[in-house]
Amino acid sequence: MDVKTVHGFVGSKLSFSEANGDAGLKKAATMDAEALIGAVSASGLKGRGGAGFPTGMKWKFARAETRTPKYIICNADEGEPGTFKDRLILSDFADLVFAGMAIAGKAVGAEKGILYLRAEYEWLHPHLDEVLARRRKAGLLGPDILGGKNFSFDIEIRMGAGAYVCGEESALIESLEGKRGEARNRMPFPVQAGYLGLPTVVNNVETFAWVPCILEKGPEWFSKMGTQKSPGARLFSISGDCKKPGIYEYPFGVSLRQLLKDAGGENAKAVQVGGASGTCVPASKFDRKLAFEDLATGGSIIVFGPDRDMFAVAENFQQFFEEESCGQCVPCRLGNMRLHEAIVKMREEGLDAKGEMVLRRLAATMQSASKCGLGQSAPNAFLSILDNFAGELPRGKA
Amino acid sequence: MTAELITITIDGTALKVVPGTTVLDAARKVNIDIPTLCHHADLCSAALGKKVPAPSNCRMCLVEVEGQRALQASCATEINGPMNIKTSSPAIRHARQDILALMMSEHYGDCAACRRNGNCELQQLCAEYGVDTALFGRPEAPLYAMPDEDNIIQRDMNKCVICRRCLRTCELYQGVVALSPEGRGEHTDIATFMDREMMEAWCINCGQCINRCPTGALTERDDTAAVWAAIEDPDKLVVIQTAPAPRAAIGECFGCEPGTPLTFEMNTALKKIGFDKVFDTNFSADLTIFEEGAELLGRLYKAVVLKDNSAALPQFTSCSPGWIKFIEHFYPEYLPNLSSAKSPQQMMGAVVKTYFAEKNGWDPSKIVSVSLMPCTAKKFEAARPEMDASGHRDIDYVLTTRELARMIKQAGIDLPKLEKSDFDNPFGTPTGSGVIFGATGGVMEAALRTVLEVVTGEKIETLFDKADILPVRGFEGVRMAQVTIGKVGPVPAIFSHLVPDFEWLKGVTVKVGLAHGTANAIRVMQDIKEGGPLSQCHFIEFMACPGGCLGGGGQPIPTNLEIRTARAKAIYGEDAAYKVRKSHENEDVLRIYREFFKEGPCSHKSHELLHTHYKERV
Ligand SMILES: Cc1cc2nc3c(=O)[nH]c(=O)nc-3n(C[C@H](O)[C@H](O)[C@H](O)COP(=O)(O)O)c2cc1C
Ligand code: SF4
Repeated sequence: MDVKTVHGFVGSKLSFSEANGDAGLKKAATMDAEALIGAVSASGLKGRGGAGFPTGMKWKFARAETRTPKYIICNADEGEPGTFKDRLILSDFADLVFAGMAIAGKAVGAEKGILYLRAEYEWLHPHLDEVLARRRKAGLLGPDILGGKNFSFDIEIRMGAGAYVCGEESALIESLEGKRGEARNRMPFPVQAGYLGLPTVVNNVETFAWVPCILEKGPEWFSKMGTQKSPGARLFSISGDCKKPGIYEYPFGVSLRQLLKDAGGENAKAVQVGGASGTCVPASKFDRKLAFEDLATGGSIIVFGPDRDMFAVAENFQQFFEEESCGQCVPCRLGNMRLHEAIVKMREEGLDAKGEMVLRRLAATMQSASKCGLGQSAPNAFLSILDNFAGELPRGKA
Repeated sequence: MTAELITITIDGTALKVVPGTTVLDAARKVNIDIPTLCHHADLCSAALGKKVPAPSNCRMCLVEVEGQRALQASCATEINGPMNIKTSSPAIRHARQDILALMMSEHYGDCAACRRNGNCELQQLCAEYGVDTALFGRPEAPLYAMPDEDNIIQRDMNKCVICRRCLRTCELYQGVVALSPEGRGEHTDIATFMDREMMEAWCINCGQCINRCPTGALTERDDTAAVWAAIEDPDKLVVIQTAPAPRAAIGECFGCEPGTPLTFEMNTALKKIGFDKVFDTNFSADLTIFEEGAELLGRLYKAVVLKDNSAALPQFTSCSPGWIKFIEHFYPEYLPNLSSAKSPQQMMGAVVKTYFAEKNGWDPSKIVSVSLMPCTAKKFEAARPEMDASGHRDIDYVLTTRELARMIKQAGIDLPKLEKSDFDNPFGTPTGSGVIFGATGGVMEAALRTVLEVVTGEKIETLFDKADILPVRGFEGVRMAQVTIGKVGPVPAIFSHLVPDFEWLKGVTVKVGLAHGTANAIRVMQDIKEGGPLSQCHFIEFMACPGGCLGGGGQPIPTNLEIRTARAKAIYGEDAAYKVRKSHENEDVLRIYREFFKEGPCSHKSHELLHTHYKERV
């Protein structure tokens, strides 16, 4: 597979450029479901959408469900501020994603796939349709894939609704069902009752793209990369105050310092890891490692140079959540509004000890009481900025 | 099948539960109180008889579940395996306090002046949790425009906590979907289509949303000031009629157990307040049975004997104004099936300003006719422009049970302690057939008691013990019943202008249907459209509100199945205790046909005053 169009700067060698997804698919066609799940589990692949749930285990749960039909959904909503790696994968490596979805279908017993495409990526739609058509023609999609009798799978592309929360898997499913995009209760999980109430696997674009690579080269190829708790490699979207923003692939365990060096952001004073819902890491901690056991991330790395006003950053993030909350639950809807107001105010007047206590407690309430991941992670950026940059507030902390 | 019980621990106490029980229900079973705002007893899977996801949006019912990082909403957490649960901890308490303070941070309104002061779930929880409004402040000015004062359903978003009980009630019980969540983030609110005022929306004014609102965001238009003004105007003669359902419920506003009837105490209170006459809507309920029954006989005769397909059957009842607006909006092609008989409220209004005024030498233009109803939609019905055939408005003001309770309190009256007194003549005979109009199935039961006796010439008790027609009672959402007419009797004089004889009814199986809550009305209408069993019915009773009028939108808050059951018990208890239990034995009604509607039911004069027409609405 050759790289045709590269949207944005690719800063390191990508495994996807060298992969042969069809070889992975061919291999998969010869394996049974247990063996497929076994291989993905053995590779140690974890979800690339943020939460890092072991992919093999998710598939195993979905396989165990007896109700049919089942669905495979590719989460291409890519809404986390600072991520754009899924866009590159879709434009340049869509075959890997579609092969991965078909393999997932075989593994869990699903014949239907849906790719939920971010509204802003509408321009990719014709290209993706083209790839789908080519694959159908080549017998890589549709009935009896690669001549295999028990291997049928097809994929439909559906456009997203343009809301950040629709990247959250249950809100995504609601949106696909034509309803208001808002999170469901945590349980039942989508693998039990997802799209149309049926067992559904939702995985990130990149998660699917790794799957045919793993089958082609073997689980060990993958698990040899990275750390013991975070096997493999992943893509990072690096942006902000650096000379070479773009998409980089690293094995897990790489330090922030290394990333900054490669991207030309050595003089940063802080890095936001994981987008708006992630945490802000100060320069003193740049030796921390990017891995699920240390700094977990959906791939978004935003670099802040020495001149940045960190509470302006916090204000910006809080405003984002205030607007993007689906609005159904109180801690998120009102918590973000009040926290946003408080940040505006503290940038003017500073923050006294009592005010800080109230806000920390509010943040804890949002984290523990919100209905979905959006509200639960909404105060993270503010808290980490308050922990590390309180000195930037007027008169400092009282 | 008995599923294996699961042992869980709540606050250190072990208990066994059926799989699928929510943590909230399990805790309440062992008397652990977990606060809720978006949860409502009527709106959970158990009450609805089908699986609906808990909205879990207020986040008040959070508990700690061992092994879970975040707090879990107990209303949405089903027990499917062993669990160790804590319902009280600093984290839980702090979260609840914060959530309440957050709600108050966008809660604009004057608690002291609020209609729900003392009966507000938010206020009560704020008191329990010692909420600190200094944490996040209070709005200094309204965040939303106030609703137009003319709206019957008053919706003040400034007091809304966006719990969604209203729109879930509107959808799940009423099938109307007049309200939906709109906007995101800071712009989230509950709105009608195109943000119209409630009176311009396809709302049917049933008021079921009000009954389930935890705060003062939903209330009915307050007409008490106008009624006080009429009472205090020496020039006016103010009469009030009281419907059956309020008397079984008003005690709840005075600390009585649900199901405490205060019919005759209320008569005393109304006189003390200053009403000149107190009439019993039972009178016009019985009058309705004559008019609607005569209409049904006419339609059946047309269909069975004259083989005329234009007789619109099944005939639909027309006493529930929420149902009337519902069919006008959503099934206008079935308007011919509606009985043209006015509702009891309007019939009483029409005869008070004609028959009664003439008889007593009262100037009808000086009469102010008030009705006490369990219903908010009655305010809309009273205001329908066509309701003035006598040259005067049939009804001038409608008070809900809640509004009258306030007036009684304002007059310093302790209702349950009052002595009893009777209704006023000539509309003062309480009848069993009239009082059961307050429960779903009641209109049908009253109609059957009369129609079957009139047609067969035999006592209904030979068919149904104690005249209790049990097959039409109960709270099942859609019900059907049938009776085959064995022998027939002679046509009583009062109906002789309608049919020559009853021979054609011999051997006919009369089929009736019932539905309450307009979501159930949709089920019936769909079935009729598809030619299902309900299309074979002759007569169908529709009540807009769950449980019928006893569960009306103007009744005391709260409501739930237990409370509605208690009110039903009170109503059937009154029925059993009254001397007159059949409409055709109500001497007041027989008198008005002798003295005023001399040509009998469904005649020219009765059509003019007691019947009406309907229109399609968009
Ligand atoms: C507010 C919010 C937004 C999210 N947005 C995305 C997204 O844009 N893309 C994505 O893959 N996952 C997103 N997720 C994570 C998904 O809910 C889900 O965990 C993921 O798609 C699962 O795929 P994975 O296991 O392959 O990571 C989001 C989660 C939350 C709470
Ligand atoms: S946490 Fe926020 S986004 Fe998630 S359900 Fe609650 S209001 Fe909606």
